[in-house]
Amino acid sequence: MKKRVWLTGPYVFWIVIFTILPVIVLLWYALYDSKQGITFEHLREAVKPVHLKAFWNSILISFECTVICLLLAYPLALCIRALKLGKRSTMIMIVIAPMWMNYVLRIMSWQLILSKNGLLNSLLTILHLPNHDLGNSSAAIVIGMIYDYLPFMLLPVYNSIMSVGDDVIEAARDLGANKLTVFAKILLPLTIPGISSGIVMVFVPALTTFAISDMLGGGKVMLIGNIIEQEFISSMNWKLGAALSLVLMIVVIPGLFISPTKAEEQNTIIN
Amino acid sequence: MNKKVRRFGQGLLIVCVCCFFLTMIGCAKKENKKKTENSVNTGKNTLTVLNYGEYIDRDVLDTFEKETGIKILYEEATTPEEMYAKYKGGAINYDLICTSDYMIEKLKDEGELKELDIDSMQYYENIDERYLKLSKTFDPDNNYSIPYFWGTIGILYNSKYADKPVDTWEALFNGDYAGEIIMQNSIRDAYMCALKYKGYSLNTTDKDEILAAHELLLKQKKDVEAYFVDEVREEMVAENATVAVCYSGEAYLANEYNEDLQYAVPKEGSNLWIDSWCMTKRCKDEKNACKFLDFLCREDIAMLNFEEIYYPTPNKAVYEKLPKDVQEDTLVFPTDEAIANSEVYKTLDKDTTRLLGDLWKELKVY
Repeated sequence: MKKRVWLTGPYVFWIVIFTILPVIVLLWYALYDSKQGITFEHLREAVKPVHLKAFWNSILISFECTVICLLLAYPLALCIRALKLGKRSTMIMIVIAPMWMNYVLRIMSWQLILSKNGLLNSLLTILHLPNHDLGNSSAAIVIGMIYDYLPFMLLPVYNSIMSVGDDVIEAARDLGANKLTVFAKILLPLTIPGISSGIVMVFVPALTTFAISDMLGGGKVMLIGNIIEQEFISSMNWKLGAALSLVLMIVVIPGLFISPTKAEEQNTIIN
Repeated sequence: MNKKVRRFGQGLLIVCVCCFFLTMIGCAKKENKKKTENSVNTGKNTLTVLNYGEYIDRDVLDTFEKETGIKILYEEATTPEEMYAKYKGGAINYDLICTSDYMIEKLKDEGELKELDIDSMQYYENIDERYLKLSKTFDPDNNYSIPYFWGTIGILYNSKYADKPVDTWEALFNGDYAGEIIMQNSIRDAYMCALKYKGYSLNTTDKDEILAAHELLLKQKKDVEAYFVDEVREEMVAENATVAVCYSGEAYLANEYNEDLQYAVPKEGSNLWIDSWCMTKRCKDEKNACKFLDFLCREDIAMLNFEEIYYPTPNKAVYEKLPKDVQEDTLVFPTDEAIANSEVYKTLDKDTTRLLGDLWKELKVY
């Protein structure tokens, strides 16, 4: 085994160049000022009310998106589990298929669907139903996010549901548990690892997006990702941008650490 | 072509590019050095050029290579800010950059530009005096830049739904088109509309004037359907809105797709933008660089570029050769009265930029 350590070389190289170094550069920008040396001034500016409000907007929207994704993905995963072997992979492929397209393109197609004279409204007009007014709103952002991130919820949830053996469920049924009890006492606890990694994989990108909010929100909703973008691009205030990114990382990173440990614990319990 | 932005990709790109460069500087200095040397070594007969995307007729480059034997290494970027980041990144030594007015001023003020040897240019006189005069806003002695194309920002409106020509900024602020307005999703272009409507200069640094404009935009927000940049044209063609703040080049194309779309420069005045060529201080071969700029001013070459891009050209030799209906097409060449009150952007001082950025956040977040 020891001889193969060098195989991790490319991975280590990649991590150092594209994760660790950028983070160090980010910290440098956020915390260092040529005049004052190490300073927390930019961090203090990063938690101004207007930025906190943008954080709050982002958290709300990504929370909505995560909850809806979970509510859609979990029953879907249960359904797929109940299918025959061959059909399962077809179903999973259907869910993953949209990911073969560039995600900006997918968002652009939602723009076409939801806009005022878009596909959805034309359809509603044909059916003599009142037109919707979803285009360029927070609701449109959430819809786009759900569409984009659903596979990231489905796959881990599906994997963990599949890893629960039929024998465990049958044993529970033998011992007199009804379907609801099986779900609440067996399935749900055993799939917590999948759920939590699904939540992380949806919540984090949803929290940091700026493309979806600009395109589907009509630029009227400003999320923290948009603020960071503005600081880097148009205001050219990289120090504040870096400080905001740092705050965002501080919010996100604890979540990343909590869920895997929990998942490991769960796994040991199962085994 | 000013600020044609793919905003979503842009942020990602710049951040990635910067991270990449910084790491490269940090840990692969040797490799970097080698690269630079390479471009210096071959620099004798090559020019590295940075321009906006789809902003030249490719045949022009081939013709130049054939005629002079100088090879052009051609690079593209989407926004002035991206160009700035690319240039400052330093991985590639650009000899010539074509960028917008305020970015030229910024580069010049930072000492990044070299004076052009205008006397050596045979075709420089093809450039209309008028545009040289306008260029003085960002290049007071006309010795750092050569105008390439210009245009305006105005209102694109759908004549089917608007009962009269929309030739005033008032239409955006009086509630007539509530829920039917698309604004530009860029700080300066958005504030410019309000400042001009109030009768102030778009380059104002007066805090009270800016705050008054901000009030106006705050009040307007509920009437705005969306703040877009790239999508403006498509949204207007699809008739998702009635009026939009729009770049003249985009307006021309929009009209090609939907004949009801008309364009007007508001009578209060607007922004007049000029994209010009300039030479960076890293340029190693000034003679060849000037040769290329001179070549771009040549009538046949400028004509090729005009036919490709269809933005107003500052080249009077080209203009005079155009058929009358093109000369008089106000979608391509706005009339003198239309642009009489218009101004060119100047680079704002740090405090004003900061103030505008903060106000913009206030406007959008709440």
